[in-house]
Amino acid sequence: MGILLSGSDIDRAIKRISHEIIEHNQGVSNLVLMGIPTRGAYLAERICKFITEIEGAVGCGVLDITLHRDDLRLRPPKPILPTKMPPGGIEGKDLVLVDDVLFSGRTIRAALDAIGELGRPKSVQLAVLVDRGHRELPIRADFVGKNIPTSISESVKVHLREYDSEDLVELIK
Amino acid sequence: MITGHLLSASDLTKESALGLLATAKELAQITDGPNKKLPTLRGKTVVNLFFEDSTRTRISFESAAKRLSADVINFSAKGSSVSKGESLKDTAQTLQAMGADAVVIRHSSSGAAKRLADTQWIQAAVINAGDGTHEHPTQALLDAFTIKQHLKSSEKDLSGVKVLIVGDILHSRVARSNVILLTKLGAKVTLVAPPTLLPVGVNDWPVKISYNFDEEIEDCDVVMMLRIQLERMNDSFFPSAQEYSKRYGLNTSRLQKLSKSAIVMHPGPMNRGLEISAESADDLKSVIIDQVKNGVAVRMAVLYELLGGAPIGEQR
Repeated sequence: MGILLSGSDIDRAIKRISHEIIEHNQGVSNLVLMGIPTRGAYLAERICKFITEIEGAVGCGVLDITLHRDDLRLRPPKPILPTKMPPGGIEGKDLVLVDDVLFSGRTIRAALDAIGELGRPKSVQLAVLVDRGHRELPIRADFVGKNIPTSISESVKVHLREYDSEDLVELIK
Repeated sequence: MITGHLLSASDLTKESALGLLATAKELAQITDGPNKKLPTLRGKTVVNLFFEDSTRTRISFESAAKRLSADVINFSAKGSSVSKGESLKDTAQTLQAMGADAVVIRHSSSGAAKRLADTQWIQAAVINAGDGTHEHPTQALLDAFTIKQHLKSSEKDLSGVKVLIVGDILHSRVARSNVILLTKLGAKVTLVAPPTLLPVGVNDWPVKISYNFDEEIEDCDVVMMLRIQLERMNDSFFPSAQEYSKRYGLNTSRLQKLSKSAIVMHPGPMNRGLEISAESADDLKSVIIDQVKNGVAVRMAVLYELLGGAPIGEQR
């Protein structure tokens, strides 16, 4: 078990991602964020808060993807979590999806379907704290906190203080 | 989360019932959006097996299943081989051969759903949509959902909510399921009915019994009127419809005695002018249409929890 990112590493990554998002979208006027529960939602909130501080107010929502998972019938059913639309909706916006770890890409595929239920954003971008590789679908992230090459047998665990009482990313072998 | 079958409100724990209501709330929100259809149960088959007439429940289950992309087969006893004398067993085995993943059954015999679930006739998840005078668990769930929606209390459950259930308790599966579920969620339930329409052993239920509607009505949060089931009235339970209506019907003068925030419910179909007056049914306090609307969301939640995951024994 090794520590990949400390609390201050996570802070710096979030700040850098925030700057990159603003730069890439040339401001925040048409920007909204949506986090994927559980930890993606907290990350989205943090990014949203930082962007609001340095550039201007930006809407933040929560996108539950449970009903769109492609592994639903391989596992016991999961409870559905609340989906919250960002203030102002997503129609015609530049939407940045936020998640903690990018792995197979299946969560993001499900998220794209879930977005389709809610409306038609102008563009969808993806921000993740950790990209650990091993994609099973042609999906990539636009904004990455840290690229971490991993073995398929390892797992990456993100802890966030809002949910896990501390900020930490660890590799579990 | 619930697994297996949903046969009775007593299958639910307080936690699993609240979980279903939370899921239903999310699903209701999604289906209020521009796109009502979710891919979640694509490829699953839901059979509506209705041996008794129904409008609301059948349509409600049908649209719930369709909004989750399941295939729906509607079966009603009229116009099927049942009218030629086919047994429940043979009907069930036919459905099994056709690959049903869930069977929603309504039957005039109490215990029919349990019979179907307990035997090996069919492997599907069985959902009780009303069995005789026994139970109707999804109705209780949608009633709990509607009460929670309208009485904006800060409680997570229904603690302290005073519910009057009025009318034909004896024949009512809605009343039985509601008594079980609402008391489990913390509500205080009072049954109001003439003594002839109360079942044997009702004193052991966790409820208060009253014969006087007027005494109870001022101090309640919810009035749930039950239908006088004319098709089951094979005995003289009350002298006349007029007399029943006068003593136990919800009329305008009783409606005015209700507190400001109280709501009026009815599982439908209504006998307007018998247990509920037309003015009461159409009053602002009436949430009868909301009950119907919420029924779809609640049934989607039940179908999702029963069919959304892997079948038992095949989980990875």
